[in-house]
Amino acid sequence: MITIVDYNAGNLRSVKRACDAAGTDSVLTQRPEDIVAAERVIFPGVGAARSAMDTVLDRGLDEALREAVRRGTPVLGICIGAQIILDRSEESDTDCLGLLPGTTVRFKLDDPRLKVPHIGWNEVTVEKPHPVLGGLQPGDELYFVHSYYPNPTDGARVYATADYGGKFCCALGRDNLFATQFHPEKSGPLGLDLLARFSRWDGRC
Amino acid sequence: MLSKRVIACLDVRDGKLAKSIKFVDTKDIGDPVEKAKQYYDDGLDELVFYDITASSDGRGIMLDVVEKVAAQVFIPFSVGGGIRSVDDATKLRLAGAEKINVNSAAVKDPELIRRCSDAIGAQSVVLSMDVRRTETSALIPSGYEIVINGGRTPVGRDAIEWAREGERLGAGELVVNSIDADGTREGYEIRLTRAIADAVHIPVIASGGAGKPEHLYEVLTDGHADAALVASMVHYGDYTVQGLKDYLRGRGVKVRTPRKLS
Repeated sequence: MITIVDYNAGNLRSVKRACDAAGTDSVLTQRPEDIVAAERVIFPGVGAARSAMDTVLDRGLDEALREAVRRGTPVLGICIGAQIILDRSEESDTDCLGLLPGTTVRFKLDDPRLKVPHIGWNEVTVEKPHPVLGGLQPGDELYFVHSYYPNPTDGARVYATADYGGKFCCALGRDNLFATQFHPEKSGPLGLDLLARFSRWDGRC
Repeated sequence: MLSKRVIACLDVRDGKLAKSIKFVDTKDIGDPVEKAKQYYDDGLDELVFYDITASSDGRGIMLDVVEKVAAQVFIPFSVGGGIRSVDDATKLRLAGAEKINVNSAAVKDPELIRRCSDAIGAQSVVLSMDVRRTETSALIPSGYEIVINGGRTPVGRDAIEWAREGERLGAGELVVNSIDADGTREGYEIRLTRAIADAVHIPVIASGGAGKPEHLYEVLTDGHADAALVASMVHYGDYTVQGLKDYLRGRGVKVRTPRKLS
């Protein structure tokens, strides 16, 4: 059973539908105690870091997420959910959850032909094997829509990268915490497969 | 490297698929949910639904279509047509649309773009603009004018200037639809698409006029478009999504190659 954290993230229901299609049971919750008690957690997200953090703090979900991570619960962050697990985001200079050391930074592109937001399908390169990414092969493309990306302090926390005017981190994690900048719920069969793998992941890597 | 996107556009009226030629004489050509699923399985990158229903009853039908599509199709899709408020946008977003398209209502009330962008995020707000060629003038220096009401009413606004304004107000993407090219199958308006793509910093989706695979190639290279919208060329079975992508790939355009899972 996957517990999906409901903090008004725009892709919340898309994540739920994708879990359904991936054949894995899931529930939505706004209650911190449900997150603490969850078997596994998806922390979704689309939009802005500041408003996401405001809602997380308002609902007291920050401590619940910290506790879930501490307990060894497998946790998957998606998009904004991958950005606000770091210490800080450059977007509106927002203090974040600090579950992983690092900062979320904006694309700084030299080539004026490269647009921001980075929207569309891009090739994901697995830099370090991870059970959740186990279904990916070289050349596989996943769906992105974002202007900022997570940049963990320790390069060893980077599991996958993509290239947009230079390499950037698109999957990161430590222990039972894993997160993707791309959207598995909008990435076709490969994305559904990734969610199914998360539903079977024991939280070790 | 980011792939160029092939996007199929489905016009929906009263819950059924329709394809407009020059925005008149719409002809029913099937079930939008079934068609969406077919394109998804064929490796399409994204979908756009335009609700051309006039009645308010039709709005409920559209939400129903959106929910059905969202339960079966796991690629991004946007919905446009008749969105006049943040409430309209939010309902569609919750029903499962990744993005919403605003068009005429945004021309009449540009702040609608900002309100939607603040509510659901710039990445989910697409400004769709219908553009027609006209005489160059002080008011329309580019010679491309914004039109509304399905292309019938010119509004005295320059297309390049409106594209920049849309970006400033918080649109995350633009659809540039040429009324002159729409339905002709003679190719996209390359000069227009390029002028807008070069004037803004957000992705531009070219629309109107696709009839042959070369047209997609032209607009994605010379036209500087980030994505190409197709409609009748795939709806009537003349071309498949996969066939179009094979063609583009063969000519060196980076497009997504979906991998079938065993």
